[in-house]
Amino acid sequence: MIGLAHFLTVAAMVFAIGLYGLLTKRTVVGILMSIELMLNAVNINLIAFSRFITPDVLTGQVFVIFTIAVAAAEVAIGLAMVFRVYRDRNTVHAARLNEMRW
Amino acid sequence: MANFPLLTAILLTPICGILVLFFLPREANKMMKMIAAVTMAVALGLTVYAYWAYDVALAGMQFTEDIPWVADLGVHYALGVDGISLPLLLLTMLVGFSTVFVSWNVNERPKEFFIQLLVLVVGAAGTFVTQDLLIFLLFYELWVIPTYIMTVVWGSDKRVTKEYAGMKLTIYLLIGSAFLLAGVVALYLNAYPAGLRTFSMEALAQAHALGNLSEHVQIVVFFLLLIGFGSTLSMWPLYSWAPDGYAAAPTGVSMLHAGVLKKVGGYGLIRVGLLVLPLGAKFWAPFIALVAVVNILYAAFITLVQKDLKYLVGYSSISHMGYVLIGFAALNVISIDGAVANMFAHGVMCALFFALIGQVYDKTQTRHIPDLGGLAHQMPRVATGLMIAGMSSLGLPGLVGFIPEFTIFVGAFKEYPFYTLLAISGIVFTALYILRVLANVLFGPRREEFDACRDVSGVELIPLVVLGTVLVVFGVFPQLLMGMVNSGVEPLMPLLNQLHAAPTLLGGVFQ
Amino acid sequence: MFSQYALHHAWLIPLLPVIAFIIVGLFLRRIPVLSAAVSVCMSLLSFVLALGVGYGVIDQLITVDNPLIQRMPWLVIPGLTIDMGVYIDPLSAVMLIVVTLVSLMVQIYSIGYMRGDAGFGRFFAYLSLFSATMLGLVIAVNFVQLYVFWELVGLCSYLLIGYYFHKVSAREAAKKAFITTRIGDFGLLIGIVLLQILFGTLDFQHLGVSVPAYVAQQGTGLLTVVALLIFLGPIGKSGQFPLHVWLPDAMEGPTPVSALIHAATMVVAGVYLVARAFFLFSVLPNAMEVIAWIGAFTACFAASIAFTQRDIKRILAYSTISQLGYMMLALGVGSVTASMFHLTTHAFFKALMFLAAGAVLHGLPDKNDIFAMGGLRHKMPVTFAAMTIGVLAISGIPPFAGFFSKDEILLAASQVSMPLYVIAVLTSFMTAFYMTRLLVVVFCGPEKPDNHPHEAPVSMRIPLVVLGILAIIGGYIPYAYHFGDWVRFGPALHMGLNWTIAGTSTVLSVAAMALAWFIYGSGKATSDKLARRFSALYNLSYHKYYIDELYLWLNHTFVDGFGKLLYWIEIYVIEGIVNGLAHLSLQLGDWLRRKQTGNMQRYGYIMFGAALLIVAGLLLLNPLFKGVLCGGGY
Repeated sequence: MIGLAHFLTVAAMVFAIGLYGLLTKRTVVGILMSIELMLNAVNINLIAFSRFITPDVLTGQVFVIFTIAVAAAEVAIGLAMVFRVYRDRNTVHAARLNEMRW
Repeated sequence: MANFPLLTAILLTPICGILVLFFLPREANKMMKMIAAVTMAVALGLTVYAYWAYDVALAGMQFTEDIPWVADLGVHYALGVDGISLPLLLLTMLVGFSTVFVSWNVNERPKEFFIQLLVLVVGAAGTFVTQDLLIFLLFYELWVIPTYIMTVVWGSDKRVTKEYAGMKLTIYLLIGSAFLLAGVVALYLNAYPAGLRTFSMEALAQAHALGNLSEHVQIVVFFLLLIGFGSTLSMWPLYSWAPDGYAAAPTGVSMLHAGVLKKVGGYGLIRVGLLVLPLGAKFWAPFIALVAVVNILYAAFITLVQKDLKYLVGYSSISHMGYVLIGFAALNVISIDGAVANMFAHGVMCALFFALIGQVYDKTQTRHIPDLGGLAHQMPRVATGLMIAGMSSLGLPGLVGFIPEFTIFVGAFKEYPFYTLLAISGIVFTALYILRVLANVLFGPRREEFDACRDVSGVELIPLVVLGTVLVVFGVFPQLLMGMVNSGVEPLMPLLNQLHAAPTLLGGVFQ
Repeated sequence: MFSQYALHHAWLIPLLPVIAFIIVGLFLRRIPVLSAAVSVCMSLLSFVLALGVGYGVIDQLITVDNPLIQRMPWLVIPGLTIDMGVYIDPLSAVMLIVVTLVSLMVQIYSIGYMRGDAGFGRFFAYLSLFSATMLGLVIAVNFVQLYVFWELVGLCSYLLIGYYFHKVSAREAAKKAFITTRIGDFGLLIGIVLLQILFGTLDFQHLGVSVPAYVAQQGTGLLTVVALLIFLGPIGKSGQFPLHVWLPDAMEGPTPVSALIHAATMVVAGVYLVARAFFLFSVLPNAMEVIAWIGAFTACFAASIAFTQRDIKRILAYSTISQLGYMMLALGVGSVTASMFHLTTHAFFKALMFLAAGAVLHGLPDKNDIFAMGGLRHKMPVTFAAMTIGVLAISGIPPFAGFFSKDEILLAASQVSMPLYVIAVLTSFMTAFYMTRLLVVVFCGPEKPDNHPHEAPVSMRIPLVVLGILAIIGGYIPYAYHFGDWVRFGPALHMGLNWTIAGTSTVLSVAAMALAWFIYGSGKATSDKLARRFSALYNLSYHKYYIDELYLWLNHTFVDGFGKLLYWIEIYVIEGIVNGLAHLSLQLGDWLRRKQTGNMQRYGYIMFGAALLIVAGLLLLNPLFKGVLCGGGY
């Protein structure tokens, strides 16, 4: 029987992979992709909780739809910004984009 | 007339002035000053009416208003004045009225200047008339930003730059009010159980009698308040904002700050410190008395070597605040009468001093004492004013400064004979520095470089006449002031007697 | 009845000059004639009222034990009630008459003396205010009223001494006078505060009852301290050693001011205070002894300085200090009568001498040195006569006024203590000597060729004549009217001459005058020779025992030095701490700023690491969270 714990485990693994990518990827595009992974891990969690704990109400699912919508918007803006940055600087390396430091 | 909201009217008049000023065009320079003057005159008139209409025999809070504001937190728009706050309200309006005329020559961004000046007046007046601790804090904080802006924009550099002085003053007072806020919150939470909590000063004052405030709480909270109010009152060693700030600020702001804002500190110590936290006051009183003596003598000696007129008056006002502190610390009716009256007396005197220094600076372009001299030749009116202010400062009888000091001495001697002895010795050093500066600035051979300086006249005379008259009238008829003050202080007698009798857990640590 | 009216309206006596001050000060400063007229009229009215009071006191049998007191509350707070009022008894009546008379004379004199001065109106305003405050002091019913007017008198003297404020010396003298007397007032104020605390009242009448009762119960220990603190006030005001330094410098004021303030009125305020508060001092033998010795020492000490001074007004100033010492001595040996008697006669003859000196200075402008004068008797006969009368009176030559009063003091001193009596007699000898020196050097001898003296105008001569007459007959009047029965403390004193004492002092005075004549009248060579022979002593006396220098040094070194030290602490320690704290928070901010590398992934590491740490911490520490996170049961 596949229970809540299995879903949570998968979600945790996806989250960890995303986190790893977030912290190690050098390009901004890779970081964005990692963030998507983490968001999706959360989505899995939300649906799993919803399905297993409150099967009668669909709050979790509704949340997920919101999250997907927001994530899409975020990716759109994020990628647009990455394009602009690339046009400007010829690079999308996160380590080089540190003008805002201090 | 009975239900006319007089105090609200007093607060609203300058606010109306602010609104009108806000919508005036930049070019209406004269108009702005007229409006500021008229609103302050109306506010002063209303305050004088309140002072006259206050029933001294009845005493207690009068002209009260009470409208619930934030019911969940127990915040009320509660106003009212008694014999302690009414003289200080009168002081605020007198000084505020005078500052408008002292600032008559401000032609750089007059709109912003006068708006902020009126904000300062509203802030001070609000602290004195409100009966709600939270609203008290709101008005109290109203001071900070205008003071900073005015000092930096319209101020002048001396030993330190005006930016430094303004920043120091602002940050110092903000840190002080952070302590104050912490103290007030602690008081709010401890005074009553959840659901009954209130910021009403009257209700908070009952908390001690009900036994809600343990001695430990009172001691801690009083300490927080002491730091907050002490830095406003320029208690040693929390005053280093004062001389620099006064020296850098434009004349009007110096007058309001030294004349009025300092008194908010003393008022708060009495209204919140003593009435709400009597055991805390008793615990810290010997410490305050010690600090008071340091205030008086330390600042007096420093005043002796000052070369700048504004620094001189700044340090001298720190010295004078020592008398207020020791009067407070003695915790008896006579001494507290004296302390409150002394706040009024010093406020008027100090404002007059700063106003005259502003005039001298306007005309001669210097405040450096060694560069001045013989001004009585060219400016006899300024000389007369400075004489009156100086004599009041050194406690000459017949001017308003003497009776408060005398009552403080009589009251404090019973509790702290040795400290009071030292405090009385302050009158000698005060005489020394006041007479020195009068001699060096006013008297001596005529100096040709000042021949072009004309004496004060016209509008500039108004503050000198108003403040000078107050100094003389309240000096010759002290009962005008002391009767009023006493009507506010005398009801505290049972509390004070009980306090002196009460065996305390921690009392006497500093004795 | 006029005397009835005067008695019950005695508050008008100080009020009239106040009105004059207000009118002149506010409206008439620029109109010399009117300002003088108003002031003089008000003074005259005051004087008439004072005479009425004096007559009323005798007529109504008002005695020191049965004074007429009117009070009205001035300040009422619980535990502290202060009245303003009028205290009429023979003591204050005598003072009222003396003060109003002298100030009237001085005002009339000033019309001539100050003619053409730019600040004529201002001068009269000050004079009026001064009379008012002095009269208010005299009628005080309690210590606070006395202190109030005491300080105001100080203010007026400050204004009058510094009247020529363009002169640096006048400015400094005024300042010195105020500050020096303030030091005395410091003690006086403490004493008053202590009295209020001990007795709960400051009213003279009430204190007069409770002080002896207190002494009977509690002894004299604390009260002696209080009395000596109060006595500090008179030490300052009446120029007693060691606070006498301001009085000679105060001669920087116009000469009428010197006559008014430093001869007849302000400086005797201290004497009057002790006399008024005699109920306190008289029960404290130790305090009395201190007063007597300070008085005696001051008398002798000031006379020894007067020997060598060359400035005509300074000589008179030191003689004033010396005579004030006499009055204090009389009080110290318990004779209010002798003291007040001497105060009265001294007011007449010293005012006379000051006004005569003023006439000399008026005739010889810009000359103060007596040795630059000489031979003035021909050109200034009235002045010469006036000065001669004054010198004879102060030297105690019968039948002039000073003889009688000095005799009373010597008598009183001889009954208490032989050393005091000897000092007093010695002082009387010295006084006769230096006053004769003044007279001889200024008025006798050859005229100086470059001096063009002229006699004073009429308005200045009238007061000289009036005061001259009083200086001659002023000694008899008290005898005729039983001064000792009225002005006294305790039992009436029936005054009479003690022929031994009177004879001794007269013989000594005559000898001193002869000696002075011999030294100064017969050519200056002798006096210069003496000065050379005793050059150390001469210098010591000429430089006033270097006391001014000492005070100046003390003030500069200690007071200012301490001020500088504290200012250093202020700037470098207290401000240093404040600025240090500000600097510290800036440094901290800067350090933390450097941690913002701009590397997002680094932020991520730190963020997740911190989150993990927090979770781990919660897991380890808080059992509740442990349950929630690990044992959820799903």
